[in-house]
Amino acid sequence: MRSYLLHRLWQSAVTLVLATIVVFLGVRALPGDPALAFAGEERDPASLAAIRERLGLNDSLVVQYGKFVLGALRGDLGTSTRTGIPVSTMIGTGLPVTIELSLLALLVAIVLGVTTGVVAAVRRGRPAEWFANALALLGLSVPNFWLGLIAILYLAVGLGLFPASGFVPFGEDPVANLHHLVLPALVLGTGIAAIVMRQTRSAMLESLGADYIRTARAKGASPRAVIGRHALRNSLVVVVTVVGLQLGILISGAVVTERIFGLPGFGKMTIDAVFQRDYPVIQGVVLVTAAAYILINFLVDVAYSLIDPRIRVAGGQS
Amino acid sequence: MTAQGEPVLTVRDLRVTFRTDDGPVSAVDSVSFDVRPGEVLAVVGESGCGKSVTAMSIAGLLPPSATVTGSVRLRDQELVGAPEPTLRRVRGAEVAYVFQEPMTSLNPVFTVGSQITETLRIHQKLSRKQALARAVELLALVGIPSPASRVGAYPHQFSGGMRQRVMIAMALACDPAVLVADEPTTALDVTVQAAVLDLLRDLGTRLGTAIVLITHDLGVVADIADRVLVMYAGRVVETGPTQELFDAPRHHYTLGLLGAVPTAGRRAAGGRLQEIPGLVPVLHEQPDACTFAERCPAADEQCRAGAPALEPRDTDPTTHRAACWHPADALLTKGR
Amino acid sequence: MTATEIVTPPAPDPGATPPRRRAALRRLRRSPLGIAGFAVLAVAVLASVLAPVLAPYSPAQVHFDAPFQIPGTVGFALGTDDLGRDVLSRILFGLRASLEVGVLAVALALVVGVPLGLAAGYFRALDAVISRFTDLMLAFPFLLLAVGLAAIRGPSLGNAALALGISQIPGMIRVVRSETFRLKNLDFVAASLVDGASDVWVLGRHVLPNALSAVIVQATVAIPQAIIGESVLSFLGLGIQPPDPSLGTMLADAQQYAAQAPWTAVVPGLAIMLVALAFNLFGDALRDALDPRSSR
Repeated sequence: MRSYLLHRLWQSAVTLVLATIVVFLGVRALPGDPALAFAGEERDPASLAAIRERLGLNDSLVVQYGKFVLGALRGDLGTSTRTGIPVSTMIGTGLPVTIELSLLALLVAIVLGVTTGVVAAVRRGRPAEWFANALALLGLSVPNFWLGLIAILYLAVGLGLFPASGFVPFGEDPVANLHHLVLPALVLGTGIAAIVMRQTRSAMLESLGADYIRTARAKGASPRAVIGRHALRNSLVVVVTVVGLQLGILISGAVVTERIFGLPGFGKMTIDAVFQRDYPVIQGVVLVTAAAYILINFLVDVAYSLIDPRIRVAGGQS
Repeated sequence: MTAQGEPVLTVRDLRVTFRTDDGPVSAVDSVSFDVRPGEVLAVVGESGCGKSVTAMSIAGLLPPSATVTGSVRLRDQELVGAPEPTLRRVRGAEVAYVFQEPMTSLNPVFTVGSQITETLRIHQKLSRKQALARAVELLALVGIPSPASRVGAYPHQFSGGMRQRVMIAMALACDPAVLVADEPTTALDVTVQAAVLDLLRDLGTRLGTAIVLITHDLGVVADIADRVLVMYAGRVVETGPTQELFDAPRHHYTLGLLGAVPTAGRRAAGGRLQEIPGLVPVLHEQPDACTFAERCPAADEQCRAGAPALEPRDTDPTTHRAACWHPADALLTKGR
Repeated sequence: MTATEIVTPPAPDPGATPPRRRAALRRLRRSPLGIAGFAVLAVAVLASVLAPVLAPYSPAQVHFDAPFQIPGTVGFALGTDDLGRDVLSRILFGLRASLEVGVLAVALALVVGVPLGLAAGYFRALDAVISRFTDLMLAFPFLLLAVGLAAIRGPSLGNAALALGISQIPGMIRVVRSETFRLKNLDFVAASLVDGASDVWVLGRHVLPNALSAVIVQATVAIPQAIIGESVLSFLGLGIQPPDPSLGTMLADAQQYAAQAPWTAVVPGLAIMLVALAFNLFGDALRDALDPRSSR
């Protein structure tokens, strides 16, 4: 197991380094002279040269990259050109909102997706399966943000069941916090639930046809034990992988969801930064997201090896 | 030999039909047999002859698409048509199974210990600790070295032969009256096969377990079975004590299996399964004819006009009987 | 030496034989949901191609005298928005943009993903490199790609398609890679290699045709994702720019006055959903038809 995790750790590190290079070069590819952006009103060549020197723009790309990485490691992601606030501070305020939203959405996706997936597999050929499949197809085909708009329109504004927008920190008022996040989490979670459902269903169908299920039945195990213990545990490997792969969708979805529900998260900050051409913020956001993605994927692999003992020994399988 | 007393398992006129998209398929037809404590009954035939379906129907393990009629009695308890909770109490406790593929038949994500204790804890009121101690005992019983440390290992950490020993330990956990072993050695290396068979035979005798051994391998049969049931296309075509049946097979299908049919261009290889031309037919309904007639060298009009019964009609299970209009020894006699 | 001279009749190739494809087509025709999906798609494609003919108005034409007409109003079958623009006309043109982006994105994913997937699955040495590349691309969710591209090159339909296409590449690589890996180890491929066929010949003649089913299925899954992705990007202002009509920008506009004119929010969303649903239904039926053993 240790060698497998070390191998995965090494792969993640390589990917992370590549990601920093992509972000670094991406920022260099931005149009316009960064010195000009900093100079503001100043147009005098001498002071521009001074700014260039101060920003390290005269160094070789390699040196610049080294400084960029060292800064990032120290938590220095630069300063917003619009607000003058350090990017790390901005991310620090937005990130908790996004993380809470994502975790709640993931919870919705897993609870909804796994249960409907199991039901569809176990009740194969019955109306319950048909219904679960139809639900999954709809979930896959509905644009989440539109679902959000409709939910706001009818559930929040129309019926007044939920607040239409805004956010209350959990520490301030947990109930109000959750009340504000129920709709966004449901909206963000349903699309992923559909994907989880389909994967759970096919993994369960495969597990249920396996020889070890026959063994479990031959032992006298109850249907609940056969399905819940033997089949589901084996299917979880697939489900965990799928959830890991949906992180990109989750992150993208969080951005849109925050925008619709007016949540002061990471996503809103990102979109604002694009329209304000606040490059240091964009760079920081992209870098942090990529790093988070790589980290979470590594953690998914760790979870994976805890669920399936074969991976612990097999080593560098992909 | 070792068989003693009243039969523990009595199967009478067992019929199994599967509903399929292409209409019903008859898998087992009028199968009857008995097994006594400590006895090994081998059920042999090619794949598709209904032997595995027979095995699975004993404890009601067939899928819902199967319709089972007839009678399977475990001592005084009727199992055909018994409610699912009753069957669950029987499975694992009184009728246990060992399957062909030890790799896939064990759940890869649980330790062997937890898979053995699961059986114990379903049927017996044991604490976790007691169950684990019993699991270690069972692993020792089936000859797994250093069982106390191996009990926490996962199936993939065992070799094929060792895995099958684990399966046997799991099956014997609750001291069942009947052990159904469905091709227990087919997936194993030849060298390992003998050891696993010896273990089965030995444990069956020692614990007084009746063993129903499903196999297509006549070598296996000769090694450990007391009696043999030869099946073809869902029917029993010949049955009798192992030695007698091997020495003087009467049904032409048995002859074919034994490789004793002198076919042009193919030499008989003693003990090894010979290829019989043609395939086991898929039957939508059982015909009133000998189902082997299409592949039988001795078939004539009589064979196609009516199904032969097992002769002689004798209730003694140790009698050698065959379902054939033209039994082989009769032919031989005529020929002389 | 050319491969064609050396290869003696190749071993039976179970996938490329026409009867299998024909059987798949027959199964597809027997699937009512698949046919329904295909029919809706055909209508949607036709409607978007013929948008200039079918649309009653230009999508940008404003009727200041007729804002917020409810659907069913004479002259405005699906109503009008805040500027009195005809919703039906805008839907038709928006659909056109959506399909365009969907097809462009998936075309990009195919062009890049299929060769890389073949290479990764076939040549062990390349596998690690391509896998890192895949991981790297997965680390940038499509929205961040789109954000980056919009920051560098400005938001546009092309950049939206580019971001969505790039984000579909890893999935395509994975599907083709695993198919290639599976096929490589089959007897008929091994037989062909023993016969002295070159790697490129084996990939082109044996692996690709057999992997095609999986590629087609993946593409039918990817297109609706890209279509939904486009609407997201346009909604956020990172995709198609006003005044060009797009289902996403229509929804962004509708957000402000949805309570007043709910149809402006409902209709474009339904259009996206219907098209995505049709693709998914067709894709599912296609997958079942191409591989009867698998089921969703």
